[in-house]
Amino acid sequence: MSPSCFAIQLNGEEYTVDGDPSLPALLERLKMRRGRVAVEINQAVVPRAQYDAVRLNPGDIVEVINFVGGG
Amino acid sequence: MEHDHFELAGKVFHSRLIVGTGKYRDFAETRAAVEASGAEIVTVAVRRVNISDRKSENLLDYIDPKRYQILPNTAGCYTVEEAVRTCRLAREVGVGDLVKLEVIGDQKTLFPDVPATIEAAKILVKEGFKVLPYITDDPVACLRLAEIGCAAVMPLAAPIGSGMGIRNPFNLRIIIEQAKVPVIVDAGVGTASDAAEAMELGADGLLINSAIAGAKDPLAMARAMKLAIEAGRIAYLAGRIEQKLYATASSPLSGLIR
Repeated sequence: MSPSCFAIQLNGEEYTVDGDPSLPALLERLKMRRGRVAVEINQAVVPRAQYDAVRLNPGDIVEVINFVGGG
Repeated sequence: MEHDHFELAGKVFHSRLIVGTGKYRDFAETRAAVEASGAEIVTVAVRRVNISDRKSENLLDYIDPKRYQILPNTAGCYTVEEAVRTCRLAREVGVGDLVKLEVIGDQKTLFPDVPATIEAAKILVKEGFKVLPYITDDPVACLRLAEIGCAAVMPLAAPIGSGMGIRNPFNLRIIIEQAKVPVIVDAGVGTASDAAEAMELGADGLLINSAIAGAKDPLAMARAMKLAIEAGRIAYLAGRIEQKLYATASSPLSGLIR
């Protein structure tokens, strides 16, 4: 996997992917653990089982959600 | 009565109280209140991870998904699309396919948008979700949601967070009488007597957040709700006496000293 540097939209903000462009690498950089978050890329939910195969691309719109207090 | 249990979406629960996790001071207080409530099902909201302020702490570190059935909600969603999208994301966290569907119709009252809730429920049921819809205390809307295949219906007692108690016990009675799925009274409970009243009407369960989290002592109120729900349920099963306008003596009328 060749290192790269490009911009994505992450949770509504511009974010620079620098290095490994895989989804697991992004989650690791952000200290997000599997089983605690879910990911959507360009409005399509990424199934948990496919995380390892997903690579980010320039301009991707990425949403990462987690659970917070609510009723 | 010891064997009384609550079946929801194919699972058996012993507590009939579902608690929310909103409005607590911190995760530690949330956990303590959930424990005090005896609840086995816990609602959570779905929100973007805060990227700029990364705390590694997560609600699920305090509310263990192995111990509790996590029930993600779609609070804050005003359209079918938003609600369905939120559920699809929530499912990929990996805590199951039970969702609390809310499609809000109005910001001030937070009353549900009934047609949109029905439409979203149809899509979600088709996608294999076990849908628990928050809905107005409207018997026809509840019938439709059950027909579609919702796992339960969750009529409101009063507006969310209002603490006004059971505003329309007669509609709730009709909903409960007609119900072919569990009826969980959601929203509006203010204190323990409201919870007992809902259970005495025959509700299968109750979802409470604000009344516990907003109490001066949330842990004590969590326990009060637990006991009220147990008492209300037992009273319902016991079968209350008829209400009569005039007195009926409870002591014998014969053998009086004259």
